[in-house]
Amino acid sequence: MTYAIEVRNVYREFKPPGGIVRSGRPVRAVDGVTFSLPAGDVLGVVGESGCGKSTLARLIMGLLPPTSGEILVDGRSLTGMDRRERARLIQPVFQDPFSSLNPRHRIRDIVGLPLASQGDIPKARQVDRVMEMLARVGISSEMAERMPGQLSGGQRQRVAIARALVLHPRIVVCDEPTSALDVSVQAQILNLLTELRRELGLTYLFISHNLAVVEHIATEVAVMYLGRIVEQAPAQDLFRTPAHPYTKALLSSVLTPDPALGIPDVGLGDAYPDPTNVPPGCRFHPRCPSAFAECAATMPDNIRKDGRLVECLLATTS
Amino acid sequence: MSSVGIAQGLPGRRRFPAFRRLATLLGVAIVGIALLVAIFAPYLTPHDPFAQDLNLRLIPPVWMEGSQPTHLLGTDQIGRDYLSRLIYGTRISMLIGVLTVVTSGLIGITLGIVGGFYGGRTDDFVMFLITCRLSIPLILVALTVVALVGSSLAVVILTLGLLLWDRFAVVARTTTMQVRNLDYIAAAQAAGASRMHILVREVLPNIANHLVVVATLEMALAILLEAALSFLGLGVPPPLPSWGLMIAEAKEYMFFSPWVIMTPGIVLFVLVLGINLLGDGLRDMLGADLER
Repeated sequence: MTYAIEVRNVYREFKPPGGIVRSGRPVRAVDGVTFSLPAGDVLGVVGESGCGKSTLARLIMGLLPPTSGEILVDGRSLTGMDRRERARLIQPVFQDPFSSLNPRHRIRDIVGLPLASQGDIPKARQVDRVMEMLARVGISSEMAERMPGQLSGGQRQRVAIARALVLHPRIVVCDEPTSALDVSVQAQILNLLTELRRELGLTYLFISHNLAVVEHIATEVAVMYLGRIVEQAPAQDLFRTPAHPYTKALLSSVLTPDPALGIPDVGLGDAYPDPTNVPPGCRFHPRCPSAFAECAATMPDNIRKDGRLVECLLATTS
Repeated sequence: MSSVGIAQGLPGRRRFPAFRRLATLLGVAIVGIALLVAIFAPYLTPHDPFAQDLNLRLIPPVWMEGSQPTHLLGTDQIGRDYLSRLIYGTRISMLIGVLTVVTSGLIGITLGIVGGFYGGRTDDFVMFLITCRLSIPLILVALTVVALVGSSLAVVILTLGLLLWDRFAVVARTTTMQVRNLDYIAAAQAAGASRMHILVREVLPNIANHLVVVATLEMALAILLEAALSFLGLGVPPPLPSWGLMIAEAKEYMFFSPWVIMTPGIVLFVLVLGINLLGDGLRDMLGADLER
C-alpha cells in the first residue's frame, strides 16, 4: 500500500552561523522522525514551540532537504523530484496570511502562481481555474483584482487556501493555519478546510499547538517533543487515553472556561527544552513528573501497540 | 513625527512637516525641469553651443554692465554662448546620471539579491566583491582608463557605472535577507516557481522602494563625480559642454570674470540638491508606505 506521506528516519540539523574559528553546536530540529500517513487521513502534529513541527512541515514540502533519512510523497522520493511535479502533489497553507501573500501582487496573480509555474496551462484556462477556486473558498471575483493589503485576515487565509488548492494537489500541509486569526474566523476556516477535504479527497498534515483545533479536524495525532514523535495514535484514543506523560501534560494544560481556576499546573517545571543540548536517555526525563532513575540513562524504544506508538520507558515496563 | 500624525487623527499615514513636503516638491520640480531641458535641448538653445566668436569673448550676463541681450548668460573665453552650453551640459549630466545608475544598478542589484537570497558561499563571494570594489580608488581607475583608452563620454559612463554599484549591492543584499524568510517566498517555492521568478517577481518588488532611494543618491553622486573628473581632465573631452569641464576651462578667468565659474557651479549645485531632495522625499513616502 502506498501512503500519502511516508517519512523514514528523517533528521534535520541546523548549523548556527559562525566564523572559521568558532562554531556553535548544531541544532537538531528534527531528530529521527518516522511515520506514515494513509491517503485521505488528517494527521495533526502537536507540540510546544520549538519542538520541530514547522521544520518537519518544510521538510515534507521539499522546501528544506533532510540531513539524512527519506521522505516519500505519494510513493515517490522528494529528493530529485521536479519542482512542478512536487507542486502538483503537495501544497502549503501557512500560519500568517499577512506574510504568506506577496504584498506587491494582485490576488488573482497570487492564486494563479502555481498554475503559471506549470508552464503548459493556457492563460485563459488559468484565469478560469483561479476564478473557480476563489469562488469555492468564498472570495468574490471583484476581490481578485485587489492587493492583499485590502483584505482582512480571514479573507487572506481563504486566498492562501485557494492558492494551495488551485493545482488540485493530493496533500496539503497546514502549518498552524488558524492561529493567526480571530477566534470567530478560525471556525470558518476550519470548516472550509474540512469541507474541501471531503469534496476533493485531500490528505492533510495539520500542524498546530491548539489541541482543540486538532481534536476537531484530525483523524490521527502525533505529539512531538524536542524533534521526535513521542506518541502517535488515532485522535480519539489519544485524547481519551493519553499514554505518554508529555501528552498527559499537554492535555491538562488546556485552559478551562472558568477564569477563577487560573492557569493549570501541569507539573512540568520550568526546565525548558534546548535543542542544542538534548538530555541523555529519555529526552523528556528532566521535565517528566513520573520519571525514574533509568530514564536518565536509557533511551526508550518505540513501542507500537494497538495502532498507537509510544516512546516511553513506562510503556515498556508495563 | 508619527506622534504628530496620531495627534492630528491621521493614523497610518505619517505626516511630515510642511517644509519637508515643500522640499520634496522642489526636488521634483528641479529634476523634472532638468529632464525636460535635457530632452528638448536643441529646441531651447538660443545659439549653437559649439559656435565660437572671438569678437564676443567673456561677455557678462544680462544683469551686469556691458552685457548683450542676445547672450542672456554671457559668453565664455572663446565667445560661445554660455546659456546654450549650460543647456547642453544638462543633457550630458542627466545622461551620465541616468546611464550610470542603470549600469551600476543592474550590477549591484543582481549581486546583492543573489548574495542575500542564497547566503553561504555565494554571499561570501558577493561580500568579497563588494570589499574589493570599496578598496579601489575611483580617481586612480579613471586616470588609468583615460591613459589607456582616452577620454570620451562613453568611457566616463562605463567607468562610473562599473564602479558605483557597491551601495546598490549592500542595500539589495540586506533587504533581500529580510525578505527571503517570509512565507510568500516559501509559498512561491512550493508553488513550483522558478528561481528566476522568485528573485525577480517575488523579492525585487518588495525591496524596490529602498533601491529607488539608493538610485537617486547614486545619480547625484555620478553627476558630481563626472564634474570632478572633467575638471581634472579625466572626464568628458572638450569641446563637449560638460559643467565640470566648463568650470575647469573657466578657472583661469575667474578673478576678472567670476560668473564663468559661478554659473555652472550654481547649476550643478541646484541639480544635485534637487535630486537629493527628491530622494529624501521618496524615502519618507515609501517609509510611510512600509509602516502601513
